[in-house]
Amino acid sequence: MSLKIDNLHASVEDIEILKGLTLEIPKGEVHAIMGPNGSGKSTLSKVIAGHEDYEVTEGSVTIDGEDILEMEIDERSRAGLFLAFQYPHEVPGVSNANFIRAALQSRLPDGEEIDAVAYYKDLYAKMDELEMDRKFTGRSVNEGFSGGEKKRNEILQMMMLEPKYCIMDETDSGLDIDALRVVAKGVNAMRSPDRGFLVITHYQRLLDYIVPDVVHVLYDGKIVKSGEKDLALELEEKGYDWVKTELAAA
Amino acid sequence: MSTTLTKPEMSAHGEWVSEPLRRDVGAELPDWYQQIQADSWHNFLETPEPVRKDENWRFADLKKIRFERINPVGSLNEQGSFVERFRSNRVDSAIGHCLFANGHLIESDFSQLPDDVIACEINEALANHSELVKEHFMQDPARLGSQKFAALHGASTLCGVFIHVPKNVVIDGVIEIHHVNSGENTGIFPHTLIVAEANSKVSVFENFETAGKGDSPITVGMVDLDARDGGKIQYASFQNNGPNARHMQINASRVGRDSAVKNCFVNLGSMWVRNEAVSRMMEPGADSQMFSANLANGTEEYDQRTLQLHEAQHTTSDLLYKNALYDDARTIFSGLIQVGKGAHHTDSYQTCRNMLGSDTAEANAMPGLEIDADQVKCSHGSTSGPISEEEIFYLMARGIPAERARRMISLGFLNEVIQRLEGDDVKEFIFGKVEAKFRAI
Repeated sequence: MSLKIDNLHASVEDIEILKGLTLEIPKGEVHAIMGPNGSGKSTLSKVIAGHEDYEVTEGSVTIDGEDILEMEIDERSRAGLFLAFQYPHEVPGVSNANFIRAALQSRLPDGEEIDAVAYYKDLYAKMDELEMDRKFTGRSVNEGFSGGEKKRNEILQMMMLEPKYCIMDETDSGLDIDALRVVAKGVNAMRSPDRGFLVITHYQRLLDYIVPDVVHVLYDGKIVKSGEKDLALELEEKGYDWVKTELAAA
Repeated sequence: MSTTLTKPEMSAHGEWVSEPLRRDVGAELPDWYQQIQADSWHNFLETPEPVRKDENWRFADLKKIRFERINPVGSLNEQGSFVERFRSNRVDSAIGHCLFANGHLIESDFSQLPDDVIACEINEALANHSELVKEHFMQDPARLGSQKFAALHGASTLCGVFIHVPKNVVIDGVIEIHHVNSGENTGIFPHTLIVAEANSKVSVFENFETAGKGDSPITVGMVDLDARDGGKIQYASFQNNGPNARHMQINASRVGRDSAVKNCFVNLGSMWVRNEAVSRMMEPGADSQMFSANLANGTEEYDQRTLQLHEAQHTTSDLLYKNALYDDARTIFSGLIQVGKGAHHTDSYQTCRNMLGSDTAEANAMPGLEIDADQVKCSHGSTSGPISEEEIFYLMARGIPAERARRMISLGFLNEVIQRLEGDDVKEFIFGKVEAKFRAI
């Protein structure tokens, strides 16, 4: 049981960004991807989620053996995939509570309605965990939220939807240390043998709070190095040039 | 071979009406009002029909108002079904209400309003509160292009409500005025006159619908809102007529010292709608909020003309008009902020946003600004574009199917306007209707 990415090639406007990326995240594990700017980190998350700007030219992505590249964006989500956005979008006029409710509703069979009382109880409990004010249920999705509030809101959605595989795209960007701690607490509470995480980040700092099982280095559209959590520290210390030099030598 | 000469197609329209559309209202109307009716009829005959080269009718499809004939409403013989319809389609929590069917008052209940509030049918008010009505009635001439319509309105038998809220009386809850109209090209002339005296407050919801899909009433309504010395008025018009109706409303707000008027139009139905709104900020501290949420599809045309008139120092106004357009629908927004001589420290905003749900929908926007004062903060602008693909992606990435995602975003787009209203009952009512129309598109 895993999220499996095999020899993935993807382009945007005919420019190849991912050049044969292979990666497997078994359930129960947290994998981190680190890489310099332009290495393809955000492309990877968007391709897996199904963004239309990216064209997959080769390779496969499966979750628990099921090909998701053939699925629509929404089907991928319902199949158990979750992308925490680096820049969550604002949706004016749609309240946060209705948004999350619609997402949950989409997972139910036709004719079945969400129990509103149970839903709010669950929502409030999870907001308390994330130290989010109740007022965020009535406010429009992400509109006027600070950077930290937006990221908490992503984690709230993740907690409510209980996905099988979570991809976190630079969740640490724009977060101060307090927000980072709260967000990490939420993620850590969700770690379980039934769930896999792919944490994409530019900085090692996040990995002090969400400690990964495996660290991968993404460079020029491929995974060029994998190791245990100490690899992140080594990268932080030596910088990405170290990887480039090593590659050049090889 | 012989050729048949046909006459060049003359303007295919008739003369609208050949005599004023009047009937006995069972009340003795005061002389001053009868004079207005007579003068209006004269003006109606003298005033030419709108032409497109008139700036006030730019982009308008005038074919939609080439009236062959505007018919009288006649008598009413199916009152029962109207009442039933109203009961199933009203704001249940309204503190007072009245129902008109084709301009006839069917029922009203204002018994829960505070004692010293006057709330009654407009003809009754003309008869019983003549001087008070005279002071506020049609004080501002139509000035955004609809002079001929306003004249016809003034000449005809009106239906509608007069509400006078005395000093320091705050009405908690909303008053609903409900119109159900039917017939073929029937002329309906609603007139709503609301006066809020010092530090009083009132909220009115006016709801228009047609009895059946095939009905084609021609409504020419006027609304006078007059708030003074800290008085507050919220007026929301909700129009959900059938597809053959034509609907015009000409609203005039007079906002006095430290007073506030909210004027809102929501349109979901009718083949043609024209909403004109003029807000005059007449004394320091006056505040006007003008907003509108419209969902147009098919070949519907919604024409919006506004004027924010700052006449005194330290006045504020804010305008937000939003149109969601589908199929071959058209909207026209033309708005002007006018800061008069000496109206220093004016704070005035105007925004029109159009969301295009199809390639063939057409949104025209003509924002405008004229400033003749100092230390003024003003901004105006308009945007038009399709639903953001990135927003759709975000919702779909949470499992929401594309179709539903689009609907949620569009509904949210209009909901932003609805949420500016006060009163959860009114907001919920309108939101539910807007949602239902989105479902049907």
